[in-house]
Amino acid sequence: MNKHTIVALMQDRPGALNRAVSLFRRRGYNIESLAVGHTETEGISRMTLVVESADVEQVVKQLYRLVEVLKVSDVTSDPTVEREMVLVKIHAPADKRAEVVAVGEIFGAKIVDVGATTMVLEMTGTPSKVENFVDVIKPFGVKEMMRTGRIAMVRGARGHGAQSYDAAENGHLAEPLAALN
Amino acid sequence: MSEQRTGAQIMCEALIRDGVEVMFGYPGGAIMPFYYAMWEYRDQLRHVLVRHEQGGGHAAEGYARATGKLGVCIGTSGPGATNLVTAIADAMMDSTPMLAITGQVSSAVLGKDAFQETDITGITMPITKHNYLVKRVEDIAYVIKEAIHLATTGRPGPVLVDITKDAMQAKIVPNWNLKLHLPGYKPTTHGNSRQIREAIGLLSNAKKPLVMAGNGVQMSGGVAELRELAERTGIPVITTLHGIGAFPEDHPLSIGMPGMHGWVHVNRAIQECDVLLNIGGRFDDRVTGKASTFAPNAKIIHVDIDPSEIGKNVKVTVPIVGDARNVMQALLDELPAREELAALHGNASDWLEHIRDMQDKHQHKQQYLNRPDTSNLMPHDVYAALTRNLNARGPYRVVTDVGQHQMWAAQLIDWQHPRTHITSGGAGTMGFSVPAALGVAIAYPDETVWAICGDGGFQMMNQEMATIIQEGITNVKICVINNGYLGMVRQWQELFEQKRYSGTPLSGPNFAKLAEAYGWKGLTIERAEDVEAAIAEAYATDGPVLIDFRVEREVNVYPMVPQGVSIGEMIMETPNPA
Ligand SMILES: Cc1ncc(C[n+]2csc(CCOP(=O)(O)OP(=O)(O)O)c2C)c(N)n1
Ligand SMILES: [Mg+2]
Repeated sequence: MNKHTIVALMQDRPGALNRAVSLFRRRGYNIESLAVGHTETEGISRMTLVVESADVEQVVKQLYRLVEVLKVSDVTSDPTVEREMVLVKIHAPADKRAEVVAVGEIFGAKIVDVGATTMVLEMTGTPSKVENFVDVIKPFGVKEMMRTGRIAMVRGARGHGAQSYDAAENGHLAEPLAALN
Repeated sequence: MSEQRTGAQIMCEALIRDGVEVMFGYPGGAIMPFYYAMWEYRDQLRHVLVRHEQGGGHAAEGYARATGKLGVCIGTSGPGATNLVTAIADAMMDSTPMLAITGQVSSAVLGKDAFQETDITGITMPITKHNYLVKRVEDIAYVIKEAIHLATTGRPGPVLVDITKDAMQAKIVPNWNLKLHLPGYKPTTHGNSRQIREAIGLLSNAKKPLVMAGNGVQMSGGVAELRELAERTGIPVITTLHGIGAFPEDHPLSIGMPGMHGWVHVNRAIQECDVLLNIGGRFDDRVTGKASTFAPNAKIIHVDIDPSEIGKNVKVTVPIVGDARNVMQALLDELPAREELAALHGNASDWLEHIRDMQDKHQHKQQYLNRPDTSNLMPHDVYAALTRNLNARGPYRVVTDVGQHQMWAAQLIDWQHPRTHITSGGAGTMGFSVPAALGVAIAYPDETVWAICGDGGFQMMNQEMATIIQEGITNVKICVINNGYLGMVRQWQELFEQKRYSGTPLSGPNFAKLAEAYGWKGLTIERAEDVEAAIAEAYATDGPVLIDFRVEREVNVYPMVPQGVSIGEMIMETPNPA
C-alpha cells in the first residue's frame, strides 16, 4: 500500500469537508493526516490529506464530482515542500531544563511555555523531522502532544493557486482526463 | 413586487419560476408552513398526497424518468425525511433528476434532539448529488434555484434541500435577481475533438464493432442521433437495461440487452468485438460480469458526462467526457462520407450476420414466447400477450419492479420508444413500480401506464393505489406476476444454494380483492387461455385495473451469468441435479 498526499482546493461551505472525507471513508481508507485552512483567496480552503491506499485515482476523480471542489492533485510524486507542526508538553523539572533546551535547539524548536515542572515546545519541519524530534524528546516524559497533520505545496511554477480557479474554464477537468490516457 | 413574503411563499414561487408543476409529498409539523403557503399557489403547483414518503420519492422518479423533467418530492422532518431516503438513493444510482424538500426543526433547537429532528443532510450526504441545510429565509430562493440547476444539469441526480421551520415562517422582500455562483461545477458537455477523431479512427477500421447504448442516450435526448450513428456506420446496437427504448428493437441493427440476464448472442458479441463504443453507460457489474474478463479483445471508447465513471470498472482506450447527445452529434459531424466507410460497412454487415447466426443457435426472445409444454400459466404467456397488445394499442409506458418479472419484461417485451421502459436499475429497489407508475400517469394522462411487479415488490408499496384513486387517475394498470416467491432470490437458492428456500416462499392477500377494496377493478387469472381477455378488459376499463396472474411458481430467468463470472459463461437452463 502506498501513501498518497492529496491537495484539494474547495469552496469554504458547510459540509464540504465532510463530503470530501466521506469519499475515503466509504472505501474504508484510513486518513492518516488531514489539514484544512484558508488560502490566499477568501472563501476558498485548501485541504491536505494523507491516505494509505492502493488506488486513490478513482477517489481523486470522484472528489471532482463534489460541487464545492475546485481542484484536486495527487502530489505524492511531485516535488513538494511538506511541513507539519507539533506542540509537546514535557516533564521538565528545573534540573532537566538545560538539557531540554539543548535538544530543542538542534531541531530548531521554540520553547513557548515554562511551568513549575513542565515545558511546552513548538517544532515545525518535514514530517520525518518532526517524527525524529518526537523520538528524541520522548525520554524526558511526554505529558501531552498535538500534531497538526501535514500541509504540502508543490515547488516551482506549477502551482495549485486558489486565485486562478475562476479563469480556467473547465480547467479542472484537464488533469483527471490526462491521467486516463 | 416589493411585498414581503414568507420563506414558504418564496419556496412556492421559486419552484414555479423554475417550471415545477407537480410535487409528491406528505405533510407534518416542520413542513406545515410550506403546506400553508401551497394553498395560495394550488392552481399552478399541484400537490399529490402520497401514502408514504418513499412512494412520493418513487412517484417523483417515475415522473422524471418518463418526462426528462425534474421530479419533486416533499417530506417533513425526522421520519418523513428518513422515509425519503430509499427513493433518493435510487435516484442517485440511476442519475434521475430529483429535488427532495424536507422540513427541519427550527434553527434555535437544531442539534438538540428536538421532536422529529433528524440530521437528514448528514444521512443523505453520500446519496445525493448535493444537499443543503437552509436556516435563513434570505437563502431560500437562491438555494432552490441552485438545487434545481444541479439536479437537472451535467449528470443529473437527486438534490435535497432541508429548510428549518423558522426560515419558512420568516418574512423578507424576495430578491429574484439571482445569479448562480458555482465555480467548482462546470460539467463538460462537449467532447474533446481530438478524442472524437480518435474514436472515428477506431470505428472506421473496426472489423467487429459494437455500440452499447446506456442511460445517457435517453437522458440527453440523443435517440435520433443514436439511430443516425448506427445507420450511417452499420454498427450493431446493444441496449442496456436503462438503454432500452433508446433504439427500436425491430430495427435491423438492434441486437438486444447485454449482461447478467442479457442474450447469449449479445454477451458473446461483446466478448468477440474489437471496438466497443459505450454511450452513456457506466459498465455496471450486472453488465460486465467479472470486469477483468469483459470484452477482452476490444478497444473501448467510453462516452460519459461524469469523468469519474471513465476507467472506473473497465480499461478504456478513448475516453470522451461529454453529454451523450452532443458527443454523438460531434461523431456524426466527423464521420466520413458513406463511400469512404465502405470497408466498415462490409465488416459490420459480416459481423452482424455472425451475431444473428449465434442468435439463431441459442435461446432468444422468440423461443421464450412460444408456450412451453405445460397446462399451467407461465409468466411468458403474460409477456407474449402484453407484447402483442402494447404496440397494437397506442401509446404506453411500462414501469417494472425488481426481480424475475423485471428481467422478463426487459427481455420479452418489444421495446420501441424512448422513455417507455422505466425501472429501478442501479439500486434495484423493490416497491418502485406502483408509486413510479403514479408519477408517470400524472405526466402522461392519455397513455396507458402498466406497472409490472412481483408479488413481493407489490406488497411493499401498494398503498399508493389509494393515491391513484384520490387523484382520479384512470390510466394505470397493474400486472402482478404472482409466483408466491421472492422469485429472483429463490432462483439463486435453487441454482447455487441447493434449494434452501430460506425466507423466500411468500403469501399475500387476494390481490384482486385488495384492489377492489381500494376502488380498483381486480382480476385473477390462472389459465393461459384467459390472459388475452384480461388484458383486453384492462384496456377497456376506464379506471385503474389490477390483474393478479397466478403463474407457475418455480420458473427461472434464463440466460443467466452467475455472479462474478465472465459474461461469456452463461447458464441456459437449470442443470440436472447430479
Ligand atoms: C427493497 C429490496 N429488498 C430486497 C431486495 C432483494 N431482492 C431482489 S429481487 C427479490 C425478489 C422479488 O420478489 P418478487 O417481487 O415477488 O418478484 P419476482 O422475482 O418473484 O418476480 C428480492 C427480495 C431488493 N431488491 N429490494
Ligand atoms: Mg414473486
